[in-house]
This record gives sequence, structure tokens and C-alpha cells, in this order.
Amino acid sequence: MVTLTIDGQEIQAKEGATILEAAREKGIEIPTLCYHDSVSSAGACRLCMVELTKNNQTRLAASCLYPVEEGLMVKTDSPKVMNVRKTAMELLLARCPNSEPIQDMARAMGVDTTDLDLEDEDCILCGLCVRVCQEIAGVSTISLASRGTKRKVAPPFEEASEDCIGCGSCAHVCPTGCIKIEDIGDTRTIHNWKVEFKMRQCRECGKYFAPEAQLDYLSETLDLPKENFELCQDCRVKAAQDV
Amino acid sequence: MTFVEIKEQAKKVWDVLQTSGKPLITIGTATCGRSAGAMAVLHTFREELNKRKVEANVVEVGCMGPCYAEPLVSIAKQGHPAIIYRNVTSERAVELIENYILGSDPMSQYALGTVGAGSIEGIPILYDSPAFLPQERRVFRNCGVVDPTNIDHYIAIGGYSGLVKALEMTPTQIVEEVKNSGLRGRGGGGFPAGRKWESCLVIPEKEKYVVCNADEGDPGAFMDRSLIEGDPHALLEGMIIAGYAVGAIRGYIYVRAEYPLAIERLQIALEQARNKGFLGTNIMGSGFNYDIEIFQGAGAFVCGESTALTLSIEGKRGMPKVAPRPRTTEVGIYDKPTLLNNVKTFAFVPLILNKGAEWFAGVGTEKSTGTAVFALTGKVTNCGLIEVPMGITLREIIYEVGGGIASGKKFKAVQTGGPSGGCLPESLLDTPIDYDSLNAAGSIMGSGGMVVMDEDTCMVDVARYFLDFTEKESCGQCIPCRLGTKQMLDILEEICQGKGKPEDIDFLVELGEAIHAGSVCGLGQTAANPVLSTIRYFKDEYVAHIKEKRCPAGVCRELITYSIDNVKCKGCSLCIKSCPTEAITFVEKKKPVILDQDKCIKCGTCRDICKLDAVIVR
Repeated sequence: MVTLTIDGQEIQAKEGATILEAAREKGIEIPTLCYHDSVSSAGACRLCMVELTKNNQTRLAASCLYPVEEGLMVKTDSPKVMNVRKTAMELLLARCPNSEPIQDMARAMGVDTTDLDLEDEDCILCGLCVRVCQEIAGVSTISLASRGTKRKVAPPFEEASEDCIGCGSCAHVCPTGCIKIEDIGDTRTIHNWKVEFKMRQCRECGKYFAPEAQLDYLSETLDLPKENFELCQDCRVKAAQDV
Repeated sequence: MTFVEIKEQAKKVWDVLQTSGKPLITIGTATCGRSAGAMAVLHTFREELNKRKVEANVVEVGCMGPCYAEPLVSIAKQGHPAIIYRNVTSERAVELIENYILGSDPMSQYALGTVGAGSIEGIPILYDSPAFLPQERRVFRNCGVVDPTNIDHYIAIGGYSGLVKALEMTPTQIVEEVKNSGLRGRGGGGFPAGRKWESCLVIPEKEKYVVCNADEGDPGAFMDRSLIEGDPHALLEGMIIAGYAVGAIRGYIYVRAEYPLAIERLQIALEQARNKGFLGTNIMGSGFNYDIEIFQGAGAFVCGESTALTLSIEGKRGMPKVAPRPRTTEVGIYDKPTLLNNVKTFAFVPLILNKGAEWFAGVGTEKSTGTAVFALTGKVTNCGLIEVPMGITLREIIYEVGGGIASGKKFKAVQTGGPSGGCLPESLLDTPIDYDSLNAAGSIMGSGGMVVMDEDTCMVDVARYFLDFTEKESCGQCIPCRLGTKQMLDILEEICQGKGKPEDIDFLVELGEAIHAGSVCGLGQTAANPVLSTIRYFKDEYVAHIKEKRCPAGVCRELITYSIDNVKCKGCSLCIKSCPTEAITFVEKKKPVILDQDKCIKCGTCRDICKLDAVIVR
């Protein structure tokens, strides 16, 4: 266990934990956008920045990446930190002024409006979808393509993705809800990656519950028989209970 | 062959050129010389000498430094010092052959100066002239002197003896010497090189690498390019010594692909070094195995950042690693300890070993020892590459070495450090050039770019220019840099178009400080420097743009008007012929022309072409 101080409060944290994890465990709020506990941290949004002091040296660091250290003094709301956080938030608000989740987050930080030039995007380029597709789904169908201000999340060459399995993990982790998945009848469409999938019908209840591609991928990679993937989630639970 | 034998053989090659009795003609054909027309001059010399059946040695060399005088040709006749001729054309080449090589008239009117023992009447000694006197050419000593494609030249005048010496020392001894010299990283960071070498040496790992950062991304910087084109072995020798000192197995030179001549010279130099046994297995019988590979960049300024560079070499995306991250000396390419330094930093090392740490630190200041290389460009009379002792003032550089502001205009600012640096005003001209003084003044040393600006430069436009560059080159991974540089650029563009608002100045400062504190890497952290320094020292220009919709320097197109001075204009029509939008019309002979404001795009062509100064820009 490591002892450190966050906002004047002395806390104990597990070795190897990040400052963000340690803070959240103790209920200390640090805002994040590009962080999700199921995937690796990127330190890209800079909202989670905190001020660190050790051995009389002070600097700013991304708390989602910085590991806890014995004797570290952390301030989550110093003037320097607030300046960076509010500026990053304002820059995001200017990019996505019509995104409700971004408006809500900004308002909570005291950033109500901005005089900056406005765009009209809903993707904040946090990269969570990319990381979940790579690390959890293991398919890596999308990436953060292009450099600088032209950066966007896209399949290779912005063409219809050939590797997508339609699992929807990307939409699940997206903080702004800008990944649109439409399930109509036996078809799932993920407009963002220009893909369409035939859904499998539950053998038991007849509900269309998951893309064929995703289920076949799972059976292959987990080396499980195809028969295991013929029931929807609810019917599977019921079947397990009946056994 | 032993080194003694290698050197003897090399000396024979070199001496043949110096004492053959035939005139020795060297022509600077580095990229600067070529763009000034040196290849045509080279061709003329060879052809015309051949035609006249004159026996002479014609050798291509690198850049001597005074790029403003390219193409540079040196002619050394037996028993006389070499004469460096300036701005040589093919016609002048023929004149020089007929009058000086075949005759005895040195044509002093075409000469820049003499080099070597003796003197020639009417021609100053080059290194005593005002542009050269304050300089001390150490790392650049061979550029413009040796044929960069002939390793024997380098060896004959002392090359690779630093390596031989190093191989007789222990790695710890070598690192001590580098530490004692006080050499600080010449890529711009100014980190003590010896300390960096030591931190790599002490790691108990067999697989280590040496990387040379030859990406040179700053616009207008060409120090590293010139060194590689003119004396590539200086870099190689330094990198081999470094490899031996830290215990590396291989070196990489990361050079930007936009430097094809430098890459070519490096490839030749590497082959020649291998042939002589300075690279490869069992180097000079020491048991040390090491080779160097060239890795070409792919057009990204951000890959000059050390972590992005190492990722790029690994074939990964060149995006800087987010802190906290281990130092590159601990975890570099392929996660192995990697010593990464700039071209000039490595090139100084053979000198330090040969002449000693004390000699190196004999010039410069206490905390910034040695000499520094600058690409002096902009509105100075003498643009080119200079090497000066640290501690020299900006004023001395600009007015003595640089020869003052061109065309008699008034100095306004000097920009150092490229897009990461700041602009310093006249009041700071006596600032000494060293890492700490420049930092305190609000700029940085950088890797050597130094741009001089005069009264016709708009400082707001300068800030806009650098932000435009940084915004395009941002890797895009973090919000402060990706979104912040764009917003700063948008605000600056609006100010330059006369759409600025009074609160813009304070907002730019606030935004700049947040981008500085929040960005992941040096590109973002320093992106705001040009803006912050110009607001600090040239606020009045910002105010004029915003409050009065006026550009005092007459640069920002939306804010200036071109008009004809009806008294000075005599209707000669030169401007009419040159105007790209046919905005000027002829009235009659001896009467002033008429400029149509609606068609004028303020390109400035008429002002540049007018011989009577009759175009007014307000």
C-alpha cells in the first residue's frame, strides 16, 4: 500500500494504481472523457490533469496515467489545473456545441458558453471506441486516422470496414453517443463504419439478438462450438437455470 | 590496415591536391550552392579547363557558410593563398580561368577573401573580415574544405583520430571527458550531453542503440543539413564514439526525406567508413561491433520529438508518448536503452576527444560552453551559416557577422528557436547567446534557426505564420494542442483581416498558457511561444490591427491599400506589364498610371518592380 495526499486528504492506495483510480475509490471527483476502466488509458483529453508536488517540485500530469507514489501531494483543483481543464472543456464545447453530454459536462465545470469559433461535430476523438475494438473485441477495425486537426475515427481509407463484427462495443463506451447503431428487423446497421449485419434469430424465442458475424467470431476465437451461440442472452440464462 | 597506414594513404591523396603544382579549384555544391547555380559553374570550369588543356584539380565541397555569396569558388594557385570568389557565374568562371588561372590578375573585384598563408594585394583575409572575425568554425571547420564524398580528405586532416583515441580509452573515461566539456544538447533542449551519455552507459543491458536526430524540422533551419552535406564523417565519427561509450550495438540516423543530397552523402560516407574498418565488426581491432543505418522520415515535424522519432524508427505511428514515460536512455527503440542526440552534438565529440574538454570549454560561457551554429536568415545582408562562441550578443551577430539589416532598413525583431521560440525586440539586442539568457528573455536557443526581421515585417503575421505551421504539424492526440492551436490560429487570422476584437489579446494569452500547461509534448507546449512573445514585446502592433484596423508594417492584405504616388510616377508602365490582375492602366506618357483598387490583390509585384519608389503601401 502507498500513502499519498489528495486535496489535503491522506489516503492509502494499492501499489500500481493510478492517481485517478485511487481518487475515485475514495470518492474524490476528477472529470474524464477519454478514460474507461475496461481499456488502457490514453491521457489524451487532459481533463483529468492534476498538480503533483514531490521534493518541492511541482508539475502537472494526467492522473489516468500517473501511478501513485509514496509521499506524493496531489491537488485536483489548483488554479493551473482548473485553467487547463476549463480550457480543454471550452475547446471541446466549441467543437461539439450541440452535443448534450458535452454541454452537461461543460456546465458542471462552470463553462456555459464560448466565444471561440464553433464547429458542429459530435465525436470528441477520445479514442475509446478504437481502444475497445482493439483491446476487448480484438478486431481493430477502426483507428484514429489522419493527423492534427483532420483527425477522425475511421476504418481503413474510410471505406466500409471489412473486419467489423458488429458487436457494438464502440457505441457502448462512446461518451457522446455519436456512434449510431440501428437494429431494424433482422439487420443491424452501424452507420459510422458503413457496415450492415444480418442478425441471428434466437432458437428459442425468435428474437434477433446479435450479428451472425459477431457470434461466429466469438465461437472461432473462443474455440467453442457454434451451438453455444444460438440462444439470446435471456434464453441462455433461462436454459442455464433449468439445467 | 592500421590507422597509421590508413592515415598515410589518406595524406598522400590530400597532399597531391595541395602540392601538385596544379591549381586547386573547389566549388561549393551543397544544396545552397546548387540552388544558386553551382552545378552550371562546376560544369563550366571542367569544360573550359579541358578545352584550354589546363591541368587543374576541380573538387566539389560543401558549404563554407556565406550562403549569400553562393556559388562560392575557391582557387588556390601554388605558392599563393586560396582566393574565395563570390557569386560566381559561368561567365565569371571563364574570366577567372583566363585572367587568374592562365594569367596573374586575381580579379579582386570578384573576391570575398583569401584563406591560407600569405596575402594578395587588394583582397582581405577572409577570416579577418567583419563577417568572419567573430566566428569560430569548429564543428564546421571542414565544410567547404574537404570533398564530402572522399573519406581520405577527412582522415588526412585529422578525421577518425578521435575514434582511435576513444578506442584506447574506457567508456567511463570518454563519458567523463564529454561531461567535463560542458557540451549541452545542440538540438535545442540544451540537456548536458555527458549526463545523458552516462545515464545510458550505466544501464546493464547488452542491446542498446544510438540515434541521431537529423530531422531538422524547423522552417528555415539548415545547419544539420549543411553539416551532413559538407562533412558527413564528422557525424559518423561522433556516433561511433558514442556507440562505443554507451555500449550500443547499432546506430540510426533519422534524417528527413526532404534532404535527398544529405542522404546520398551519408550513404557514400557509410560505405567508405565500412571499407576502412571504422564500422562493422571488430572496429580497428578493438573487438567493438557497430554499424549505422539511415532511416528516412516521412514528412512529419512532430517526428523530431524524441519519443515520436523512436516510434517512427520502429515502424509505428510517430506520436509522442504521453507522460509519465521512462526516459529514452532507459526505454527507447524496441524498449531498449537508446542514446538520442542531435547531429551537431555528435559532431562535436571527436573534437572534444582530440583537443580536450578544456579546449572545448575554452570559449563560450560558464553554463553554455563551446560554440553554437546558427542559420542566420531573414533581413540581414549576410545570410548563411555561422558558428560563434556562446556568449556573443545578438547585436554582434546581426550587425557584424550579419552585416546589418539589408537595404538600409530598420531592425525590428530577431526570432530564435523556430516555431517553439520567441521574437526578441531591439531593446534585447545585447542579450548574450546562451541557453539560459535566451530562456529568460522569453525565447529559446532551439537548434539554431535565427530569423532577422525589419520594419516591413508584421509581428502579428509572424505569429500567425508559426501557428499555421504548428497547427498543421500537430499529431492531434491531445485536446489542448489539436483544438487549441486551431483556435489561436483562427483568432490571429481574424486579427490580420481586421476582424479582431479588443478581448482577443488577453484571450490569446490565457489560451496560450493553458495550451502550454496541458499539451502532451514539446510541440504543443511551445506552440504558443511566438504568440506570447510578440504580444509581450510588440503589443502595439496587435492593438493597431484590432483597434485601428491598421497593419503598421504594411503586410496584412486586408488592411493595406496600394496606391500610386502621382508625383513620383512617370508612367513607364513596368508595373502595368507585371500586374497579375491587370489592375493598373496607362494614361499617357509622363503621366502617372491609375491603380484600380477593386482589382488590386496587394501582391506587391508593382512595388517590387517600380524603379522610382512610386508605389505607396499604407
